[in-house]
Formats: sequence, C-alpha cells, structure tokens
Amino acid sequence: MLNQDPGSKAAGGNFPPAPVKAPVGINMNSMGEADLFGTEPKISARGVNFYYGQKRALNGITIDFSPRRVTAIIGPSGCGKSTFIRLLNRMNELVPGSRLEGEILLDGLDILSPACDAAELRKRVGMVFQKPNPFPKTVFENIAYGLEVNGVTDKHLIEERVVDSLKKAALWDEIKDRLKDSALGLSGGQQQRLCIARCLAVSPEVILFDEPCASLDPISTAKIEELILTLKKEYTIVIVTHNMQQAARVSDNTAFFLMGDLIEVGRTDKIFKAPRDKRTEDYITGRFG
Amino acid sequence: MKRRDIVQKLGFSALFACMAANIVFLGGIVFFIAARGLGSINWAFLTQAPRDSMTAGGVAPVIAGTFYLTLGAIIFALPLGVASAIYLTEYSPRGWIVNLLRISINNLAGVPSVVFGLFGLTVFVKYMGFGVSILSGSLTLGILALPVIISASQEALTAVPQSIREASLALGATQWETIRRVVLPAALPGILTGVILSVGRVAGETAPILFTAAAFYVKGYPHSIFSEVMALPYHIYALMTEGTHPEEQTRIAYASSLLLLALVLSVSMLAIYIRARQRKTYNA
Repeated sequence: MLNQDPGSKAAGGNFPPAPVKAPVGINMNSMGEADLFGTEPKISARGVNFYYGQKRALNGITIDFSPRRVTAIIGPSGCGKSTFIRLLNRMNELVPGSRLEGEILLDGLDILSPACDAAELRKRVGMVFQKPNPFPKTVFENIAYGLEVNGVTDKHLIEERVVDSLKKAALWDEIKDRLKDSALGLSGGQQQRLCIARCLAVSPEVILFDEPCASLDPISTAKIEELILTLKKEYTIVIVTHNMQQAARVSDNTAFFLMGDLIEVGRTDKIFKAPRDKRTEDYITGRFG
Repeated sequence: MKRRDIVQKLGFSALFACMAANIVFLGGIVFFIAARGLGSINWAFLTQAPRDSMTAGGVAPVIAGTFYLTLGAIIFALPLGVASAIYLTEYSPRGWIVNLLRISINNLAGVPSVVFGLFGLTVFVKYMGFGVSILSGSLTLGILALPVIISASQEALTAVPQSIREASLALGATQWETIRRVVLPAALPGILTGVILSVGRVAGETAPILFTAAAFYVKGYPHSIFSEVMALPYHIYALMTEGTHPEEQTRIAYASSLLLLALVLSVSMLAIYIRARQRKTYNA
C-alpha cells in the first residue's frame, strides 16, 4: 500500500493494494515470506529531507514501494524525482555537501544506518541510469564485472549468468555473436539493455530506473518498456520518467513530485483518470511541466 | 569577394604560416643533426666503448647509462605519480588544501632542472650517501618527471566519465574496485601520454645528472646502481666542452645527438602505438 500518512501533503488516500497474481518465476532468495501477499512494502521512505548544501531538494517524502510492482515517479524537471530515486541506493551520498534526514527502509531495515554497507545495499538495489553507461570493456566483461566484484570466481557460473542475464534483458539473440566485442560498439538501445542485463546479473531485488529511455529512439524505448513489464514479475521496480505516457504504460502505481514535495501517489489508473490534487491534474493534462 | 571573406582568407593564411614555421624549425633540427651525425653512425659506433680519449670508438656504454637512468627514473616516478594522481582526483576531499597541492605540483614542472640537480646532490648524493651514481641520478630524474606524470594522470582520470564510476558503484563495487578495474583501465591511455612526455624529458636532461650521476669518462659498462655512468646528454656536453681533439669530438657529439633524438622518438612511438591500441579497444 502506498503512502498511508494522512498528515502529509500527499492526498493519496487509502488505495487498496493492487491485486496480487500468483507469483510466477519468483526469485526465491530475493523475497521474504510476507512479500508473497504484497502487503509489506519492499522499500519505504519516511519523512525524507534532502539537501544539496544549503538548498533543500526534498521535503519530507513519505512513500512505500510494493514488491513486484512498478512505481513510476513523474514530475517536471527539477522536482526532485531523480534526487529521490538516487537516495534509494545511496548514490547521492557521493555528492559533496549533501545531507539526508529521515528514514529509508529496505525490508524494514534502515539502509542509512552505519551498519548498512553501501556496496551490499547496491547489490540488492540495482540501478539503470539515464544515459546508457556501459564500461569501456567487452559485452561479456560488462556483465561479468558485477559478479566478479561480488566474489563470484567460478568461470562456468559467470558464463552461465552472463548468458542468463542477456536473455532476461532480451538482448541475447541480437548480440550472442558479439560477446567479445566492445560494448561501446552497440547501438544506444542495445547499450541500455546491456546495462539492464549487467544490473540483473548480480541478482538485485529492486531495480531503480532513472529515466532509462531519455536518450533512446521510440523503438528502443518500446523494447525497454516491454522488458520492464516482464521484469516486474520478479523485481520491485521504481522508474523515474519525464514521459507520462510511459508512466501510464508501464507502472502499477504513480507518484507525482513537484518542487521537492510528493504531491500525490496512488494507482496509476486513478492518478491519470481521477487525480485528487489540482496540481497533479494540471501536470497530467499538460498545463505546465 | 567580400571584405569578410578576404579577412577570413588572410586569417587562415596567417595560421597556416605559423604552422609551417613550426615544421621548418622541427624539420630543421632533425635535418641539421642528421646531416652532421648520420655519417658517423655505424654498427661499431653503437656497440663499442669510447677509445683514445673519446676521439674514436662508439657510445655503447653511454647508451646503456641513459637507458638505466631513464628506466630507474620511471620505475621510481610512475607508481608514485599515478598513486598521487589517484589520491588527488578520486579520494582527497575537495578544498583549498588540495587545490594548493595541485597548483604546487604544476609549478614544480616549471622549476629549472639544474635546481633539481642541486637538490639531488644535497639529498641523494650527500645526505643519503648514495654517491654519484645511477641511483642518485634516477631518483633526481624521477622527481623531475613526477609533476608531468601527475598532471597527465590527473587529467586522464578526470576525463573518465563520472557515469561509469556510478555504474560500477551501483553494481556493489567498492570505490577501490571501481578505481582499479574501471577508472584506471579507462585512464591508461592518458597516463601513458604522461609517461611518454616524461621519458622524453628524462632521457634528454643534462643538468639533473650533472652532479648526481654522470661522469666524463667511465671505463666499461656500469655494473651496479651505485656506479657512476656516462649518459648521452652529458656525453654530448662533455665532448663539446672538454678534451683535446675538438674536430673528432664534435663529430661524435653530433652522432650522439642524433642517437639521443632517435632514442627519444622511438620510445615515444612505442608509447603512442600502445596508446592507439588501447583506444581501439575502448572506442570500437
């Protein structure tokens, strides 16, 4: 269930949890018992404030992300949506002078506590970036890298996982003969799917997509969207997007951010058909943004 | 023709003239040295030791000396320089202290080389007791090469896009793994450029080895890192300023100059080749 905090500015109200279909092909080690019913949030943020130096970028964000659901975060440029998603794998702590208040829980455990190792966290919470960013290595090495840094040394296992990941990312058929070629020779859309495969290889539980189609053509975009819909059977997905049609197409839930505030969050169809907040309606109908 | 077209034509011509002047100077040096030196270069010159008070024979031990000094300098300066650059770009907190450090390193590159020579004399030769030796000379040349290697490495590291650092961290790699396995390989071609430049500079420097390593004449080849050596740049200087047979010595000096030039050029070529191959792998 999303955003149950009635005191927050988000007027999401109480949406019933989306009906849970029988889990298909679930990655068993990636889920706790409670997840089966979709009631426990996979990730919850509680009263998150974030500052770049003196500038406050996020104001008391409180939101839950259900397991095996796609949650889209929409909003105009500079609303803090990318900033927010980069908190979920602690990517923003690399920004000098930044400061975070509040709580972010992954399976109920505080990811901000000193006991939580950032590298371990990022293994569980993968990320796909706005611009495809393959390493300047071969296709194979790109995917093997994540396994190697996480201590997998068995060559056969690595090979197997590379092939698996490429298949899952719907890239295998296109580039199975090019595993030894530089990843930088692939097209933009292929590079982005390679980045997704690279992310899948380390078996994350959550995948964060930060505007993954921003630099792609419509056909590549369609492929990525299709992929996201397949992936949600196994993974909890959060996607930041500029593109409202995209949010409508791929997401179960949608959150609308505006100037560092979470304005509204709820089932995607509701948000798009009957938004509760005037500002959400204005944005969705294209009156600003 | 319109006025602005004429101005443009004149501008381009001026730029071309400057570029052409450059080629004339560079080509002139090579031609001049080659014309006077080429005649004396033969197999014996390359493989024999100097004879008859350096008026005959070859320069083989001199080449060896330059080789050892340069190699020693790079062995010392490369790890130190690259490590410093990594610290400065990847780890150090941003702030005025680091900026000051960076500026100081860049300024170090502008210090006259004879000053490095005096420093080497005081510290390595005398204080540390290494004497006039390959070791002292290599360390002095290494310090001379450091700023070049550091600033080239820093530039190369900074040029590695932040996005692939993030990609690596997002997969659960530590910062150290990210640097070692992603950032360094990507920066390697740039770092090699720094090494190329410093090898060229180190092999050709005279002043730093003047007091720390070089000898006017040493019999035979150097046999340990504590030996005094002959080295090409100093050998040229010695041939032109000392001795009793100016004509013969001048002839050998030009041949040595040509050799030094060829040596530096071929080292550069090799490094450029490695760099080009690296680039090919990375930007297919």
